[in-house]
Amino acid sequence: MKHLIPEFERLKTRLPPNHDATLLVPCLRRIQEDRGFIDDSDIDGLGEYLGIPRIQIEEVLSFYGMLRRKPIGRWHLQVCRNVSCSMRGAERLIDQLVGKLGVQPGETTSDGRFTLSTVECLGSCGTAPVVMVNEAYHENLSAADLDALLERLD
Amino acid sequence: MTGRKILMDFEITATSHSLDDYRARGGYEALAKALRTMKPREVTQEIVDSGLQGRGGAAFPAGRKWQGIDPDDGQPHYLIANADEGEPGTFKDRWVLEYTPHTLLESMLLSCYALGVRHCFVYIRGEYDVPWRRLDAAVEEAYAAGYFGENILGSDFSCDLFVFRGAGAYVCGEASSLLGSIEGTRAFPRNRPPRMTVRGLYQAPTVVNNVETLSTIAWILRNGAKAFREVGTEKSPGTRLISISGHIARPGVYEVELGYSWARFLHEDCGGVLDGRPLKAVIPGGISSQVLTGKDAKVLTAGEVEGLTLDHEKLRSAGSSLGSGGMIVIAEGTCMVRLLQIMLRFYHHESCGQCTPCREGTGWMHRIIDRIVAGDGRSEDLERLNYIAGFNDGTTICGLGDAAGYAATAMLANFRDEFEYFIEHRRSKFAGNLE
Repeated sequence: MKHLIPEFERLKTRLPPNHDATLLVPCLRRIQEDRGFIDDSDIDGLGEYLGIPRIQIEEVLSFYGMLRRKPIGRWHLQVCRNVSCSMRGAERLIDQLVGKLGVQPGETTSDGRFTLSTVECLGSCGTAPVVMVNEAYHENLSAADLDALLERLD
Repeated sequence: MTGRKILMDFEITATSHSLDDYRARGGYEALAKALRTMKPREVTQEIVDSGLQGRGGAAFPAGRKWQGIDPDDGQPHYLIANADEGEPGTFKDRWVLEYTPHTLLESMLLSCYALGVRHCFVYIRGEYDVPWRRLDAAVEEAYAAGYFGENILGSDFSCDLFVFRGAGAYVCGEASSLLGSIEGTRAFPRNRPPRMTVRGLYQAPTVVNNVETLSTIAWILRNGAKAFREVGTEKSPGTRLISISGHIARPGVYEVELGYSWARFLHEDCGGVLDGRPLKAVIPGGISSQVLTGKDAKVLTAGEVEGLTLDHEKLRSAGSSLGSGGMIVIAEGTCMVRLLQIMLRFYHHESCGQCTPCREGTGWMHRIIDRIVAGDGRSEDLERLNYIAGFNDGTTICGLGDAAGYAATAMLANFRDEFEYFIEHRRSKFAGNLE
């Protein structure tokens, strides 16, 4: 994570002074974007940089759903399964993905291409159902749309 | 048409979210005028006079919250825009962030001026990508134009803004819990008192307002509190952004003048129930109605909806609330047992684990509803659900556990026969259908 420190320093300019711990979640997000997950060495480096004990970083990592300690597949498919999406076909999309990829939610395909997850409301209820692929929302998805989408992800 | 407009009063184009377009429609004039001619306390008084109520769920008077802060007490103060929009069924703040982010920014500057705030934050949910990109671009435009930073528009007023992206935790929508997130810890809700306006972020006086609430401020300063009071009803002035989804022909975000007829909104403006099916029920304002004190979270049946108008006092007297403005329409033929299963799974998943009744109670309710849906329901299960909801009620720091209980009791009160049918026949009365 050390190469990201100049970037972290720039973030400080718009924060009140002497509250560096505020950067913990933003830094963890940035490290994950860079490496794909948070490694032990990142925790040590970040703890030293921000002056935060390791246990506090571990607590934060285990609390927030988007932060992870292990690598996942190249394409992270996150299907919303909350009320509005389920009312517009989300459960069928999940079945379709389980059938097609041969993995259950929470698992990664053996070729490392896809990780399948189910998530709670993504704020896409008016354009349900939604599948989030890495950062991007794919909304109003039909079964055919989903098949076409998978084809594009190599 | 859904009445007069305050936020959706422009045409969406490829550039309508930009600074140039915002300025062309009068943007940042209210800020320039306030910095030139008004004292901070006069800005707060204007908001008090407007009668603006919070749009995040609790409908607490915004001006009264602001009066909890003395702008001249010499200590640092903080303002946080709550854009952690995670209440199922709610996607209205996303509209503001994507289509008119400068309305939020100008409103935050006015608010910071009123409250004596030097550093403010937008706490945006971690999954929102396009809304964040739009907001981030708007913040850079505003900095470049001198609306943020030192000595704004040549005045003594200086202000910086930090856009804080969450990392996936529904409970952060609860105002006191997002403080922990910004302080670099787990996001646990905090006991009140002390109120956040006494001890909030970094132990300093803090105001947390919802995005839509804040975004209304610029309009009020531009047009005056009196003009704002002329929109909506006497007790619920202004408009609400309603995000409507589920079994509805034209889902989306609508700006509705408060006091507007619900039946007309549903059947005319939104095109009626999907495929012309009969209406079964409506969840009026997010599945908890609000994260904090989901006291009024309640499902309304089709009959109850017909005579109602959309405003805070009417819905409250009907035993529900406009909540977060996240309306979910449910057509006849939908299995309410499975719907409750989704809700209880959600609360169990999102409980932060701090308070025992919620941590244990949401899990217990989730296991019971899973058992019923699996065909292994027991005759005492419905009473047990009501019992767990009862011991959750009011015994936890935030409203998440309460909301889980209210969801269960409201569904059982209105659709008890479906639950009894499921337990007795070991299958859904509607074949488990949700679509």
